Amino acid sequence: MAETTRVGADSAGIHEVDSGAIHEMDSGGIQEVDSGAVHRNERRSYGPLADSWRTYRLVAGMWIRSTMAYRASFALTLVTSFCVTFFDFVVILLMFGQVKGLGGFGFAEVALLYGTAGTSFGIADLTMGSLQRMGKRVRDGSLDTFLMRPAPLLAQVAADKFALRRFGRVAQGLLVLVWALLLLDVEWTPLKVLLLPVTVVSGTVIFAAVMVLGASTLFWMQDAAEVTNSFTYGGNTLLQYPPTIFAQELVRGVVYVVPLAFVSWLPALYVLGRPAPAGVPEWAAFVSPLVAAVCCGAAGLAWRAGIRSYRSTGS
Amino acid sequence: MLRLYATVAAGGFRRHATYRVATAAGVFTNTVFGFVLSYTYIALWDERPQLGGYSVDDALAYVWIGQALITVCGMMGGGFEDELIERIRTGDIAVDLYRPADLQAWWFSAHAGRSAYQLLGRGVVPMAVGAFAFHFTLPSGPGGWLAFLVAVALGSTVGFAIWYLVAMSAFWLLDGQGVVQVAWLGGLFFSGMLLPLNVFPGALGEVARMLPWASLLQVPADVYLGKYVGWELAGAYAFQGCWALVLFGAGRAAQAAATRKVVVQGG
Repeated sequence: MAETTRVGADSAGIHEVDSGAIHEMDSGGIQEVDSGAVHRNERRSYGPLADSWRTYRLVAGMWIRSTMAYRASFALTLVTSFCVTFFDFVVILLMFGQVKGLGGFGFAEVALLYGTAGTSFGIADLTMGSLQRMGKRVRDGSLDTFLMRPAPLLAQVAADKFALRRFGRVAQGLLVLVWALLLLDVEWTPLKVLLLPVTVVSGTVIFAAVMVLGASTLFWMQDAAEVTNSFTYGGNTLLQYPPTIFAQELVRGVVYVVPLAFVSWLPALYVLGRPAPAGVPEWAAFVSPLVAAVCCGAAGLAWRAGIRSYRSTGS
Repeated sequence: MLRLYATVAAGGFRRHATYRVATAAGVFTNTVFGFVLSYTYIALWDERPQLGGYSVDDALAYVWIGQALITVCGMMGGGFEDELIERIRTGDIAVDLYRPADLQAWWFSAHAGRSAYQLLGRGVVPMAVGAFAFHFTLPSGPGGWLAFLVAVALGSTVGFAIWYLVAMSAFWLLDGQGVVQVAWLGGLFFSGMLLPLNVFPGALGEVARMLPWASLLQVPADVYLGKYVGWELAGAYAFQGCWALVLFGAGRAAQAAATRKVVVQGG
């Protein structure tokens, strides 16, 4: 559900830019007739959100069908994807085989941090992970094909080569989350119960926004995809551990500069009944949806700017 | 013949040196991960000083060595296997086999050039940043650095041999993705990239330290930290060298078996 809103939210307004890009090409003398067709199509559309969702569904569905042609290979990659992330958690298990607590946090508490961040990141990676490969399309010019289609670009690129195997990561994150909830000894209040799903959804949106923001930079620097990894994969790793073990400057950085702390740390700390880190007020635990919305806005602006500056290689 | 391979190696170096933005992005990412992992290791060694025979400073050095060597020793992919698999899948490999050069030696030369570039381009800066931020253990004198570089070269060779063998599987499977992922998983966990192998408990640790992946990071890091003295150092090199030989041999056997069955379509 989260990804639905996300895809739409971001591409709201992008639609126009998209068709603008097609226009620019047209004035370069490509095909007048085509642009007319695009326009008629757009008038008949049901708004940018519905369009994006429809595009995403169609493209992703196509890739799922193509994956399912090789069922055994799919099963193998799904299991491997699950194992890769599982080994990630084995490290934490191994650590707790040696120690009772990390930074004053017990195993169940770390597992909650891991589960919430892992699930959010997993869903974001499943739905938007393909964006990091867009640099190749910008470099070899195959992005032009996408721009020519009368469909929102972001939805097309995000669903490109949709890899259902990445669901393995989501499954693993959820598993750890459920495990943590079973082990945790927390006084549950209605507010805390409500906060958990809201956190996972907002966390997903924040991660996805970071991915869109990262992909936007690929319009200028096609080889810089790895920088986004340090915020997505790196952020996910960071959030799996208690904030007490990190330098306070680093914690402040992920609260105020790249607001990854809102993905899981701040709400999870509230659920655990622990104080927020780095002098952040307690109500910050509840503003994750707001932060997610702001991130989407920023990502949308960056994406617009990216598309505007796109110049095809022409090949 | 040697001149040819030297040229290929130089080409590998220059080819990767072209992608400056990618190098800068990689350095940035390795540095960020280095910071995140450093703090988790500090927390771990804070609870259990001398865990796995490392001091905190040793553990921090281990983190940054790992970040510096990721692409050099191929812990998370050799960097060439996708290209080689694609050539096998599309049949372009026939052109490579037609060349008056050995396939394995050709790719190894290119890998050597690439690794040398990765060590300079992606290894030095994160190590320097890490050393500046955390003041971790440094080798004792130039001899220590030299011993470390030899271990890195051997580790890089083992890394190549593993990924070459993985790529050879594409001759039979065509879609190498499954095997690549399994190898990736093995490399990630058993190289000690996530946690030093000497922290692994009991039998798991025993086995992990015997596997070829231990040559990629664990052995070079232990050489760096001066854990091997005298003949032990020779033993460590021998461990890496044996795995390199065995895996090179396996790759060669797979290549020989594969080239016997290659059918190039005319037309």
